[in-house]
Amino acid sequence: MMDTSASMTLPGTMDLRVESRGQREPKPPARRQAAAPWQDWAFEHTTMSFAVLVLAMLLAIIGALSYAALPALEKFGLGFLFTNVWNPVKSEFGALAPIYGTLVTSAIALLIGVPVSFGIALFLTEMCPPILKRPLGTAVELLAAIPSIIYGMWGLFVFAPLFGDYVQPLLQKIFGNIWIVGPLFKGAPNGIGMLSAGIILSVMVIPFISSVMRDVFEIVPPVLKESAYAIGCTTWEVVHNVVLPYTKVGVIGGIMLGLGRALGETMAVTFIIGNAYRISSSLYEPGNSIASALANEFNEAADPVHRASLITLGLVLFVLTLIVLGLSRLLISQLAKGEGRRT
Amino acid sequence: MNIRRYVATFLGVTFVGFGLEAQAIDITGAGATFPYPIYAKWADAYKQKTGVGLNYQSIGSGGGIAQIKAKTVDFGASDMPLKPDDLQQAGLMQFPAIIGGVVPVVNLEAIAPGQLKFTGPVLADIFLGKIKNWNDKAIADLNPGLKLPADPITVVRRSDGSGTTFIWTDYLSKVSPEWKEKVGASTAVAWPEGVGGKGNEGVAAYVQRIKGSIGYVEYAYAKKNKMSYASVKNKEGQFVQPDDDTFQAAAAYADWKNAPGFYQILTDQPGKTSWPITGASFILMHQKQDKPQNATEVLKFFDWALKSGQKMATELDYVPMPDSVTKVIADAWRAQLKDGSGKPVWN
Repeated sequence: MMDTSASMTLPGTMDLRVESRGQREPKPPARRQAAAPWQDWAFEHTTMSFAVLVLAMLLAIIGALSYAALPALEKFGLGFLFTNVWNPVKSEFGALAPIYGTLVTSAIALLIGVPVSFGIALFLTEMCPPILKRPLGTAVELLAAIPSIIYGMWGLFVFAPLFGDYVQPLLQKIFGNIWIVGPLFKGAPNGIGMLSAGIILSVMVIPFISSVMRDVFEIVPPVLKESAYAIGCTTWEVVHNVVLPYTKVGVIGGIMLGLGRALGETMAVTFIIGNAYRISSSLYEPGNSIASALANEFNEAADPVHRASLITLGLVLFVLTLIVLGLSRLLISQLAKGEGRRT
Repeated sequence: MNIRRYVATFLGVTFVGFGLEAQAIDITGAGATFPYPIYAKWADAYKQKTGVGLNYQSIGSGGGIAQIKAKTVDFGASDMPLKPDDLQQAGLMQFPAIIGGVVPVVNLEAIAPGQLKFTGPVLADIFLGKIKNWNDKAIADLNPGLKLPADPITVVRRSDGSGTTFIWTDYLSKVSPEWKEKVGASTAVAWPEGVGGKGNEGVAAYVQRIKGSIGYVEYAYAKKNKMSYASVKNKEGQFVQPDDDTFQAAAAYADWKNAPGFYQILTDQPGKTSWPITGASFILMHQKQDKPQNATEVLKFFDWALKSGQKMATELDYVPMPDSVTKVIADAWRAQLKDGSGKPVWN
């Protein structure tokens, strides 16, 4: 599928190059190869060593994390994952609360971030007047360039007060008495907690997801879209029946990229999540995420078991990200299998 | 062509840089973040005066202890003193370098800084979650003239490990048996209640933000942010306001002379004017010095800082060590810090 778009641009440029070189130097390229075969060899192996380096680093990190996590794993075993205690004084640790907080905030981030990103990408590729296209696209990408600590500061000093004063009481009024949903919005509306952290995270993942979505939406061959429009499809029908099926792999990739950032985000979450090792049904209550627990406590963790527990948390985050990546691969391969049938 | 020249220039500059680095006499230290501002200021002034620089990395007390044990730095710094046994085991000595105070801060309308009064047990009960409302009888009884709202109390505390937290929880442990048993004292504890802010600035921001909240910060932060701090009843039954004088009073009552390894925690000190939640930050050094020259430089620096750096400390709202204590510290240097042949490093 990609071949069509690639072959539209590439041949022309390649032709030009060959012509101009041909005029200057008529000798065939074979001679050059023969002159220095070791260059090819060196080039191949240098690039390969770079690639292998990544793999080696990954393995080394896993190894180092596992080794440093041993004291905690020996003491708490697998129960570490399922207990909700975090007591540095008594040296008792369990990761349930930070795991819960990481998953919940990331879920909120995606719940808000994916539809908004989809809307942004859709508008930019399908409906945006050409004058606005560049500035809007750049603005969205610039959001990704803001350091996360700035999001944290902004979240704490600007967003949390406004959110706590105006939005949280409103949400409480609307959803407070609804079955199941009500308990999610219980508690003091002070702008700090899991919900706020999730919303800040969603702002942070939107540029990632939306720029990937925009890029993949743009590679849809115009012929396909124009044909669909020609037979009377609405914009939504075009997007739903032509653009999305054509780009689903890229779209999922973008979402996973966003999820990856949400899972590992540290500073912004630390500022706003409230940092309490607590599992609460309410999203207004403070919680904790793995990354923010690490950021908070690593410096002053003098007790070896405390330190090891924090490293184990890091390992858990690593595995969590690995699972997410694996699932997305699986999803993509499932989708690719069904490719031929869906027409 | 160009790239090659750039690379050559870059390498050249780097090598020259290494050369310079090797020549300068710098002392290195790592540890507590709480005293970092004053150490940095001292280092700057000291460098201008003597040309000897101090490279201090504020990586936290835990990191400071680990680094000095691994001998990667000339001195470590910790807000929590090591117990004499631990010192002996690691072959370390410690001495206090600077003192600061921790104050409770509240966000209550129409209550001016210093107006509200607390006792230690009441503070402990609030942080345990036992006192939940501002108009609770325990608080009202202490503050007969004040009109306290019926609002719930939101507890704000540190989320990161911190010497400030150690001083605060150590005080609560001393005044409340229940706190001691349930929570204890450390740089990070299992908080029964509240939201956690990162750093003093995080706690300050939360308290300013959340109505009806109570937190604890270093005095400098409360002062800088014009926060509503409270007075606390000290060991002798006096309600004292936090300021340089009451911190100094607490520091003066500390019996440094008879404390083995300077293991002194300055919370809940006697003395009518002593602020009960005062703490010192400590410097850790190896008793047996492999590099006596470096050790001498470190001691020269702290000798200068303890004697001539007092005004700078006060400017930053720290409390310098009292003169009487400075002498005791110098005695300890003489007695405990030896080079390879057993000769004292400090004369």
